[in-house]
Amino acid sequence: MSGEAQAGAVLGGLVESEQQPQQRVLRTPRRGRVGLGDWLLPVYTVIAFVFLLIPIAYTFVFSFNDSVKSNIAWRGFTFDKWLNVCNVEGGAVCEAFGNSVVVGLAATVLATTLGTMIAIALVRYRFRARGAISLLLFLPMATPEVVLGAGLAAQFLAVGVAKDMTTIIIAHTMFCISFVVVTVKARVASLDPALEEAGRDLYGSPAQVFWRVTFPLLLPGIVAAALLSFALSFDDFIITNFNSGSVSTFPKYVYISASRGIPAEANVIASAVFLFALVLLIVAQVSRTARAKRLARIG
Amino acid sequence: MAFAAFQTAEAVPQAPKRHSRIALLLLLPGIAYLMLFFLAPLVSLLLTSLQAPREFGDIGQFDYAFNWQNYVTVVQSYLPHIMRSFGYALAATVLALLFSYPLAYFIGVKARRWPMLQALMLVLVIAPFFISFLLRTLAWKQILSDESFVITSLKALSLMAPDAHFTGTPFAVIFGLTYNFIPFMTLPLYTTLERLDLRYLEAGGDLYAGPFTVFRKVTVPLSMPGIVAGTLLTFIPAAGDYVNASRDFLGGTDTQMMGNVIEANFLVLLNYPAAAALSIILMAAILVLVGLYVKRAGTEDLL
Repeated sequence: MSGEAQAGAVLGGLVESEQQPQQRVLRTPRRGRVGLGDWLLPVYTVIAFVFLLIPIAYTFVFSFNDSVKSNIAWRGFTFDKWLNVCNVEGGAVCEAFGNSVVVGLAATVLATTLGTMIAIALVRYRFRARGAISLLLFLPMATPEVVLGAGLAAQFLAVGVAKDMTTIIIAHTMFCISFVVVTVKARVASLDPALEEAGRDLYGSPAQVFWRVTFPLLLPGIVAAALLSFALSFDDFIITNFNSGSVSTFPKYVYISASRGIPAEANVIASAVFLFALVLLIVAQVSRTARAKRLARIG
Repeated sequence: MAFAAFQTAEAVPQAPKRHSRIALLLLLPGIAYLMLFFLAPLVSLLLTSLQAPREFGDIGQFDYAFNWQNYVTVVQSYLPHIMRSFGYALAATVLALLFSYPLAYFIGVKARRWPMLQALMLVLVIAPFFISFLLRTLAWKQILSDESFVITSLKALSLMAPDAHFTGTPFAVIFGLTYNFIPFMTLPLYTTLERLDLRYLEAGGDLYAGPFTVFRKVTVPLSMPGIVAGTLLTFIPAAGDYVNASRDFLGGTDTQMMGNVIEANFLVLLNYPAAAALSIILMAAILVLVGLYVKRAGTEDLL
């Protein structure tokens, strides 16, 4: 399973759990004396976060570097790179970024559709070969990315398919499906079947019950799975590298330029994506926590 | 499976029905997709790994054969890379566990009284995911380069030999792997620690166990699912990684891992059978190790 792919699993789990109000709060027992652990652990946590965030801060700061070619030494502050992102190397960075977005959207739509269907079937229906199917869904997550990438590339080679944007989308959809299944399955399993029964009792046709009852209830899980797929696809490098031919994606662009120096414009794009995602996540987390608090007060 | 640790939703008892035709329609597209683009490629990889060079053929031309000697050849040529892959991945997994456990404990147990702080700290843990991991790794390369402030200070303080390097060494690669996979370790640990019932710890204390004994006999066993999930999530991608060990990133010529030689053989040297044989060895080794580990950890239901 791929590094970034797992990141997605984790992210999916987190987004998914936002839907659940906190069920029980187990409080730390208050003790009279202040022990070593009472200040050691918070201090350690602060240091750990500083360590985790150092490279992000570095990338962000160097997006304002007035660099000429390679972005290694600090040469002064400028907004130029943010204002003229696409001017470097004939817009190569922006083209790569655009490709990443297109691939990400296509793979997200495909993987979310296929994965959601599987998740519903796994929870709701009985069928033979369940064990084999579960294994087939688990294995892509337990396989190192380099093996997934090389395997698909060997397949394309054997069949004689030329590598382009389509092969990247095929590859990304493949490794996203399992993560979608895991994320959506949890949501389907928490769905009370009585709600659908009520829909049927009120003379809803199977299609009406699905689109009016089941789908809206599953939506948070599906959205989480889609976000996760996009994040996985957007940051994937290893599998892309094996199946992209001459097409460039943002991570591939960074990898290839690494030997001759990355232009500051790459830092600009990465920083902008980071800020966008961070704001989105903070808003989601804070509103979730606030809602849980409100619910706790009402309850 | 390993990802059960992330599922927080309470399951409602479901009564599976026998509408096998609908189930088939729902499963068919996705399963067919995985058969075609996951399973078939693995078979392809296996077949490729047994190919022999075409007689009088160009570089990169191979014919299907049963050339199992490919495996012997790659093990002979790349044994150091194979050992490095697993050694570095193991070291990074242990370091990430040591780094993450206190962090996850603080977020999951100590910060329970402040849900808002807890939520923000979780965002900070996954924040690195939102910036390209290649750029993060390059950032470390610059921060720890020979001319950097960190390294020159260490040398000025005589904590490092004047002619020593950090980037390009095995330590740098292990450092990079550890850094990149810390969130994968921290999050599953957090998920189990967040549910840790502190009354068990009190009970331990009431039975005259010291804090260390309580930690070893109560906290660690109760957080085992998180430890198992976290170590798997770190070890597997770390063993197959080739970005950190690459010469353009944190590695050097003598830090190359299996991923690097698979990439070089497949994309540069066009020696597909060697790349395929190495991939099969990597995957088989990981499946065996993971199987043994999960069995030993006594949590078979994780997989």
